[in-house]
Amino acid sequence: MIVAEQKKLDEIRGSVSGARKILIVGCGTCVTVCFAGGAQEAAILASSIRMANQLDGQTCEVADVTVQRQCEWEYLDELADQINGADAIVSLACGVGVQAIAERFPNAWVVPGLNTAFIGMPTEQGIWEERCAACGDCLLGITGGICPIARCSKSLLNGPCGGSEAGHCEIDPNIPCAWQLIHDRLEKLGKLELLLEVQPPKNWQKARDGGPRKVIREDLRLTHKE
Amino acid sequence: MKNEPINPAFEPEITAFYCAYCAYMAADAAGVLRIQYPASIKFVRLPCTGKIDIRYLLAAFEQGADGAYVVACTLGNCHHVRGNERALARIKRTKALLDEIGIGGERLDMFFVSGSQAHAFAEAARSMTERIRQLGPNPLKFRRTEPQNVHRIDLSEESV
Repeated sequence: MIVAEQKKLDEIRGSVSGARKILIVGCGTCVTVCFAGGAQEAAILASSIRMANQLDGQTCEVADVTVQRQCEWEYLDELADQINGADAIVSLACGVGVQAIAERFPNAWVVPGLNTAFIGMPTEQGIWEERCAACGDCLLGITGGICPIARCSKSLLNGPCGGSEAGHCEIDPNIPCAWQLIHDRLEKLGKLELLLEVQPPKNWQKARDGGPRKVIREDLRLTHKE
Repeated sequence: MKNEPINPAFEPEITAFYCAYCAYMAADAAGVLRIQYPASIKFVRLPCTGKIDIRYLLAAFEQGADGAYVVACTLGNCHHVRGNERALARIKRTKALLDEIGIGGERLDMFFVSGSQAHAFAEAARSMTERIRQLGPNPLKFRRTEPQNVHRIDLSEESV
């Protein structure tokens, strides 16, 4: 899932200051399950802004609504009237959702309510950790299902650096060394020989370094207007 | 947030959420024992304080409560095992949020009682009332402006 964290209330209020009608738009997918921008968080933010604005003597209406996914047109289209009737939109989606609103509603002033953090998972209730860097060329098959791109601080491909100490990263002793994890797991699986193959420099053009990426599936595209 | 000068005649309106187990028993026992506590407290019974939601607490303040508190079973004795611990974590988060908003986290608190602790239940009510009396009315009351914010939290929503 995409993991995000809500911005501070003051920052959000500052970005919509002056607006008399504010619409908070939550997203029912990734940010709902990481408790950053679902229906519950949208309602809490709306209530917080209403109270804080009232204390500052500002009069404004603040409403909240949550759609299943902010990153798909059909879900956003349901909100057309509400979005077009608001002075400012606070999107509680990842950066994709914010941009989707901006793209679909050219006249809407939309600001982010979240900081999109990473692609990760909850390792226990209340803790989310990064697991994927969306590098565009997955090599988990040769690293025992543990990603050295996302989980090694230096994204090394051929074993740990000299900073791996007692199984932990020199960047932060709370971070396990990804290459220690890879080695331990492959050893348990009896597949250590996978590490003997030297990995050539990675083609980072498939990652962000190659510019904005795009996936096209001709078999799924509509060939005529329906 | 700087409040108005303390008015000795100010009688705080406080919303108290309590669980249907120990806290309710303690409330019941307080009644049976005729223990006096302030009458201005409005109680909301929950199946367990683990049901408490930040939205409920914010709604209380937004709708004019001067203070709010939650009464739960003692830690380690929750009838739903850890419901009161979960509630405590949410109370801490809500207190921080109330500070950010400007209402003040000290207007919210949590108390733990066993079913037989009628006096502790009443003391929680008295101590919160006294604290809120010192703090003064909910600052939102001084700043009611028109048009009133129209969107209310609907606690009957399915998602709640």
